[in-house]
Amino acid sequence: MMINRGRLRWQCRRALLELDLVFKRFLERDFDQLDDQQLVALEELLRLEDHDLWAIVNGSKPSRDGREGAIVALLRAP
Amino acid sequence: MSVVKRTFDAVIVGAGGAGLRAALQLSEAGMKTAVLTKVFPTRSHTVAAQGGVAASLGNSTEDNWHWHMYDTVKGSDWLGDQDAIEFMCRKANEVVVELEHYGMPFDRTDNGKIYQRPFGGHSQNYGQSPVSRSCAAADRTGHAMLHALYQRNVRANTQFFVEWMALDLIRDGDGNVLGVTALEMETGEVCIFHCKATIFATGGAGRIYHSSTNAFINTGDGVGMAARAGIPLEDMEFWQFHPTGVAGAGVLITEGVRGEGGILRNGSGERFMERYAPNLKDLASRDVVSRAMTTEINEGRGCGPDKDYVLLDITHLAPETIMKRLPGIHEIAMQFAGVDPIKEPIPVVPTCHYQMGGIPTNYKGQVVVPKDGNPNTPVVGFYAAGECACASVHGANRLGTNSLLDLLVFGKSAGETVVEDFTSGNLSLRPLPADAADVSLARLARLESQTNGESVFDVGLEMRRTMQKHAGVFRFDALLKEGVARIKDVAERAKTTEIKDKSKVWNTARIEALELDNLIEVARATIVSAEARKESRGAHVRDDAPDTAEFPNGRNDGEWLKHTLWYSDGDRLDYKPVNLKPMNDDTKPIVLAKRTY
Ligand SMILES: Cc1cc2nc3c(=O)[nH]c(=O)nc-3n(C[C@H](O)[C@H](O)[C@H](O)COP(=O)(O)OP(=O)(O)OC[C@H]3O[C@@H](n4cnc5c(N)ncnc54)[C@H](O)[C@@H]3O)c2cc1C
Repeated sequence: MMINRGRLRWQCRRALLELDLVFKRFLERDFDQLDDQQLVALEELLRLEDHDLWAIVNGSKPSRDGREGAIVALLRAP
Repeated sequence: MSVVKRTFDAVIVGAGGAGLRAALQLSEAGMKTAVLTKVFPTRSHTVAAQGGVAASLGNSTEDNWHWHMYDTVKGSDWLGDQDAIEFMCRKANEVVVELEHYGMPFDRTDNGKIYQRPFGGHSQNYGQSPVSRSCAAADRTGHAMLHALYQRNVRANTQFFVEWMALDLIRDGDGNVLGVTALEMETGEVCIFHCKATIFATGGAGRIYHSSTNAFINTGDGVGMAARAGIPLEDMEFWQFHPTGVAGAGVLITEGVRGEGGILRNGSGERFMERYAPNLKDLASRDVVSRAMTTEINEGRGCGPDKDYVLLDITHLAPETIMKRLPGIHEIAMQFAGVDPIKEPIPVVPTCHYQMGGIPTNYKGQVVVPKDGNPNTPVVGFYAAGECACASVHGANRLGTNSLLDLLVFGKSAGETVVEDFTSGNLSLRPLPADAADVSLARLARLESQTNGESVFDVGLEMRRTMQKHAGVFRFDALLKEGVARIKDVAERAKTTEIKDKSKVWNTARIEALELDNLIEVARATIVSAEARKESRGAHVRDDAPDTAEFPNGRNDGEWLKHTLWYSDGDRLDYKPVNLKPMNDDTKPIVLAKRTY
């Protein structure tokens, strides 16, 4: 399965400014280096509702698995 | 380039609270309805709203719509139209209860009614004491509202076009609206949506400012499209600034933090609000606190190396209180200010939050423009609701929780009007002009072929910085005048932006370039309208229009009790009267008075 990077890039536009800011840094710094496995994990993450996604990103909720945790670590890295 | 055409009874641009509420009305009436949205409906910015939605249900304290109407008129600094305000306040209970029936999980009182809490500016008995008028679903009111409305729309067979961006409004030679052109992101194709009725519900444009609480999606597309198509924009000089956005990031820190005892301090650690509002101090109304903060910063008493922010201090609160009563604040401060608020104060600045002006409508949701001597002539086939529209209920300043109410009431009202016009045969599918898609195709072709242009980011940054400096919380004549010239210059530069990525599908660079065109229209409207309004009113406060005996709060009703209308073509300004007459003859008008709290 081919994941279109442009689509994921667009879907990083969220309803909460908190997430937009986190994804902005991620898109500039990390996104182009992601491999296919990581893109799948990102796609899963982006399906979440924004409040749930923000809770995982800010650490008040745990990530659901290791693959997701790795993406979240990139999102959280200052 | 050939352009595919799709035909519907109605097209709604926007799937936030306003768009979804309008769509429901149409689909349930059996109209063939398309809803276009840049992002999945439940990722619209309405999701960010936490505070609640206003309705005078009187479940927690005695209340009625007359009091709500008074608060809203006074909050608007008398610039709101009293017919529309009466309409909104009278309809509030109905639309909130309806939402409850759609499955919205409102917080409950012990006896099962919708729980209500107090909110700034809302009062009992014409300003006498605070009232509990805000209905909320925990801290996810907007989110819960969108979900309830979305599910209901799915049931009613509303057809969604997700990840489609509307580009331009289509009008015929007589000015009637025939639909929109839109870009499908997945294919890069442009398509014409031809219809009998077009409703805009595209939300606000808070991204024209450098410091904004709004998510990146709020680029004022509907407002920009309307302006480019010759529709004037109303009262665009009025923007609400929230006092506590995290410096540099903009993320909103809720009023609740000051409610729990948070204190604002300047560079020398002084609790400066004591000087500006001896009674309410840090809890004075949004505009008062924002102006006090700005004065401290402008007079060199800010904090940090550039003295360009103040501090919100909660270090004196018990850590348990912070974690329990102010959930989320800890995370926001850590992520965006790099401080642990339990140990260190949070850097904050007044931050652009809400657009009071927009596309002019009446309370029925019809877009209205001056024509043949009537300043409020409906444009055939064109309707608008939500933050992109100006009904005008918020006038010069919006009360918290009145915006979610606006979405429900005017989303529904616009929908009802369309259904009425549709069933009575007032609407027809008018022939498309041959050049219907030409404007959009030319915009895309320009981006395709542009070389040696500036980046969209650089031009956007210049716009945001200019707006922040020249048309911020406090306004100065010289700065405004200079700002008008600068924004015109930025607008010229936006005409030759260049994108490096020319790919067809999922091209976010192209989308951002198209969004910038809309932001630029909004920025021009804002600064030109602000420069021209020589008084202070609500959120528009000029240094050269201070509080005097002749002009209380700097407001000059003799000359300026009127709505601004800005036309994109030549930056032309026009004005129209404020409607001080309520909708019903037996409703007493709220007479002009000084706005004090
Ligand atoms: C942080 C924050 C908190 C807030 N809290 C409250 C609160 O507690 N109470 C309250 O009353 N108000 C609150 N507000 C204000 C309120 O949330 C907004 O005014 C309101 O949600 C706007 O709703 P809308 O339906 O007009 O637009 P939005 O919800 O912004 O939806 C706009 C829609 O238009 C679509 N769209 C835009 N452009 C295009 C295009 N070109 N083509 C296709 N689709 C397009 C988008 O995809 C989206 O679906 C808050 C605002 C912010 C920023």
